[in-house]
Amino acid sequence: MSLNSSQVKKVMLEIGETVEKNKEFLTELDLAIGDADHGINLTKGFRAVATKLSATETDDIGEIFTLVGMTLVGNVGGASGPLYGTAFMRAGSYAAGKTSLIADDFVGILEAAIGGIKMRGKAEAGDKTMLDALIPALNAFQEALKQGITVHGALTKAVEAALAGVNYTKEIQARKGRASYLGARSIGHQDPGATSTYLMLRTISKAVQTQGQPEK
Amino acid sequence: MVGVVIVSHSLKIAEGAKELASQMTPDRIPLAVAGGTKDGRLGTDAEQVRSAIESVYSDDGIVILYDLGSALMSTELAIEELPAIQQARVAVVHAPLVEGVVTAVVEISLNKNWESIIVTLQEMDFGKAP
Repeated sequence: MSLNSSQVKKVMLEIGETVEKNKEFLTELDLAIGDADHGINLTKGFRAVATKLSATETDDIGEIFTLVGMTLVGNVGGASGPLYGTAFMRAGSYAAGKTSLIADDFVGILEAAIGGIKMRGKAEAGDKTMLDALIPALNAFQEALKQGITVHGALTKAVEAALAGVNYTKEIQARKGRASYLGARSIGHQDPGATSTYLMLRTISKAVQTQGQPEK
Repeated sequence: MVGVVIVSHSLKIAEGAKELASQMTPDRIPLAVAGGTKDGRLGTDAEQVRSAIESVYSDDGIVILYDLGSALMSTELAIEELPAIQQARVAVVHAPLVEGVVTAVVEISLNKNWESIIVTLQEMDFGKAP
């Protein structure tokens, strides 16, 4: 079994619900080292995503991701708009024409998203950004699949690695984004972008665990 | 005439920079602003940046000045949406916003071409380029 288009749409809506539930939390994290709008901005963006998704009939998962990305670009306002927007648009190019996703596609999607965020934000691992959650998640997922662990197990590993990445962002100094203006004072605070990335991955994992087991 | 686009998280900053720069010359310089989000929050919006570019675009070229990091990201997204022929005549420069806009307007009023204005403005980069 694999994730079909309507399941993917549902996961996108669930990501929006998670973001909304964590709106204050994310904004508070951003208050400490940024411009105190991360949760508010992402909530605006994903509310717009929900509206757009309810109005589309497409089965093309590439088109779904592209729509999510374009909507985030147009409605978020903060840096997470261009960054998540580009990530989803790149995922959209990867998934173009697909009507279902298997585990290997999750690898392809994460790779595309990471490439997009690196390009748009000129960031690398260790800059205290969303990449510090996303890259460890991808590595853990691939490693788990290689070891013959089930897709559900691999997703759990990916989410654990993302959370470890979020915790790692507390120890390092921001080199990108508004937090970089704080210099060493950004140390001790977890990165809001890495945190929202972790929350999204956790939502995806939870949804896949309940919706179905993707084929390897 | 070369055009200028100001991209800021704040509409007030964008309009203020425009006002200040316009004082430098009696000429009407093609100068457009994109500041804040559609719903009046602080932030930037690629669609607004694109409309600002289109509103002052000519083949003489456009220079874009921005304030903080995500203004640059929104600007890059906006440029990617332009037809290739226009993309080739739109340059983002990393000069400080206020000084850069004032300098750009002065250079344009002296009838400098796009290429030389870009060089002048890039020399003002104090480490803003990512």
